[in-house]
Amino acid sequence: MSKASFARLVWTALMFFIVPATAGSPLSAQTRQVLRWAGDPEGGAPFVEASPDDPRHLVGFDVEIAALLAKGLERDPAFVFVGFASIDQAVARGDAEIGLSGIEDTPAHRSAMSVTLPYFEFREVLAVRDADAQRFRSLADLAGRKVATLGGTMAYEILLSAERTHGITAVSYDDDAHPYEDLVNGRVDAVLLDNVVANRRAKKMAGFTVQPGSVATGHYVGVLAKSNADLRDRCDQILQAAMADGTLESIFRTWGVWNDDQPPLYRRVLAGEPVASVVGFDTSDGVSAVSRWEAARRYIPSLLRASVVTILLSCTSMALAVALGMVIASGRVYGRGALRALLTAYVEITRGTPILLQLFVLYYGIATAIRLPAFIAAFLGLALNYAAYESEIYRSALEAIGRGQLEAARTLGFTEWQILRLVRGPQAFRIALAPMTNDFVALLKDSSLVSVLTVVELTKQTQIFATNLGSWVLPGALCAALYLAMSLPLSALARRLEQRWKAPTS
Amino acid sequence: MEGADLMSAPVVCMRELHLRRGSRVVLDDVSLDVYRGEIVMLMGASGSGKTTLLRTVAGLEPFDRGAIDVDGVSLKHGTSDAVVLRALRTKVGMVFQSHCLFEHLSALENVSLALVHVLRVPQASAQTRARELLEQLGVGHRANALPRELSGGEAQRVAIARALATDPPVLLMDEPTASLDPERRTELAAMLQSLVERGRTLVVVTHDEDFAASAATRVLRVESGRLGPVQK
Repeated sequence: MSKASFARLVWTALMFFIVPATAGSPLSAQTRQVLRWAGDPEGGAPFVEASPDDPRHLVGFDVEIAALLAKGLERDPAFVFVGFASIDQAVARGDAEIGLSGIEDTPAHRSAMSVTLPYFEFREVLAVRDADAQRFRSLADLAGRKVATLGGTMAYEILLSAERTHGITAVSYDDDAHPYEDLVNGRVDAVLLDNVVANRRAKKMAGFTVQPGSVATGHYVGVLAKSNADLRDRCDQILQAAMADGTLESIFRTWGVWNDDQPPLYRRVLAGEPVASVVGFDTSDGVSAVSRWEAARRYIPSLLRASVVTILLSCTSMALAVALGMVIASGRVYGRGALRALLTAYVEITRGTPILLQLFVLYYGIATAIRLPAFIAAFLGLALNYAAYESEIYRSALEAIGRGQLEAARTLGFTEWQILRLVRGPQAFRIALAPMTNDFVALLKDSSLVSVLTVVELTKQTQIFATNLGSWVLPGALCAALYLAMSLPLSALARRLEQRWKAPTS
Repeated sequence: MEGADLMSAPVVCMRELHLRRGSRVVLDDVSLDVYRGEIVMLMGASGSGKTTLLRTVAGLEPFDRGAIDVDGVSLKHGTSDAVVLRALRTKVGMVFQSHCLFEHLSALENVSLALVHVLRVPQASAQTRARELLEQLGVGHRANALPRELSGGEAQRVAIARALATDPPVLLMDEPTASLDPERRTELAAMLQSLVERGRTLVVVTHDEDFAASAATRVLRVESGRLGPVQK
């Protein structure tokens, strides 16, 4: 299991206790207003993380910038936990006034949100295994290779564009720790992420080299709702003042990320010069720059390709789950003590733990022993999980077959195996058909969980689309339509089969 | 015992069968010989043990003491050997009170299934034989119907055809008149008669006095797990 995801879990639990405690405090409510700011502690240091000394406390430069802004606004900062990919949406719907979590200045952000002045300049840098440091110096050197990054970021956009120009394969992750792990253990050949993330990771992990050259330059900003431009302007004033008096510099120095890139940025900002969101990568081609319909037209092929991944993954996983489920169910109905106990334990453990945890264990947990390719790990993870559920359906279906049917078969001289194969199994299958179909439709949707293993299926592709577009409306509608296009025919087919094989009622 | 072949060894031979379920004695040292060509009817109140006796002969009820021999296959108490049980079951056909036809198969498939998978008869010959049996029993026109589409009488005939398909020397029937109207009972009595004429031996459990009187070669009373005196 990834440390980052555990951290998220712990955080969610902690927030239940902390948030109401602070929000409910009558003193703070009466005396001072709060500035609710959204961030994702999973991003970790130096942005936002739970303090290693006291996990109830947040630390990081974004935490200090939030405090700086709150102070300037004469408010108290109040943290709102939001997953990195959802910060825009959370801010847009008013869960928080501002999002701060190493958020990139992108054309999509500028068109969909009110964006603050850039407060930090970063460079997108390539990391490669130490042994490859000489041969992989730029994206052009990585033709035919896999390059990883965090999904929904500018780096991912750069990699998608490099797929066309340099023939690399972009691999999208949900967090910024696993790309480096997979780089070191050979699943990918390079990682493109910003220098802050890369240098932080390089301090904790050995085995990879961060190349000195930069692929592009970008900036961190705060994001506010489009309608909240007034508050944004006040935040900009506070940021400018902090740039002028050295407060920002001292914050970034505390976190060890201050470098020579920042003074020129601050000079331009303070002089009122416009700062391009991205330098070194042409974003004019991005979907946020074109009309919604044009964007949809461009994304439909990739959504269709992602649907094929979803269908392929669901069908193969379900086939294995059905086969394994039958074996497990037969073992539990016919097997002796030890086998029965073993299979029962398998079913209970599989049903009793989250599928996400199982996927993580399969992909990352056992990677030192067996390095499964992402699709295989996803396929096995879903199949092994669903096998437990299917086996319960078959077990109860097998047990629903009347004793008379079995005795009639015995008196005809069939062996127990023949009875299972010819009489009990086929009848049980008919009973199991409806719940099985139900499970298949559920699996079709659960397959979206495998995006944590870098498999880009329909939901993940939709999320990428939405992030780049800065809106969920159109991508969400297309995604829903595609899922329905897959699940409705399936339900219809199941109904027809049920009609044909009406389960025995007596 | 008209029609019975008393000169040769009995086809079914039960020796001191004893069966206990918890504290209740279900079969109390039952001994019985049934000869080729007989139609033996077992009568008695509900819970007297008559159906259990029938099921014991079919190898469906393990017993505590005694032995059963059916056409040369012996089953002793405590035997759970699958090979012995299957050998015994090739010697008996059983028609259940509720017919117990395989719900997912047509009448024809119900009859041909054991031919194909137990006797290893090729599919085509098995189907021909099954069709003949259904014709003989007057339900040839229902060959493709599923069990749930059959009337009680039709289902019973299909169940008899299924039990006869593997050509067992002994046919066991549990309450065959339960789902039949009086007219059909007369037909059934005639059918049983024609079966024994073709060399089979029948053991039938029934509540129906008239049916027993009209069809049996011998009627036995079962009371509290014991066999009573010969009635006919």
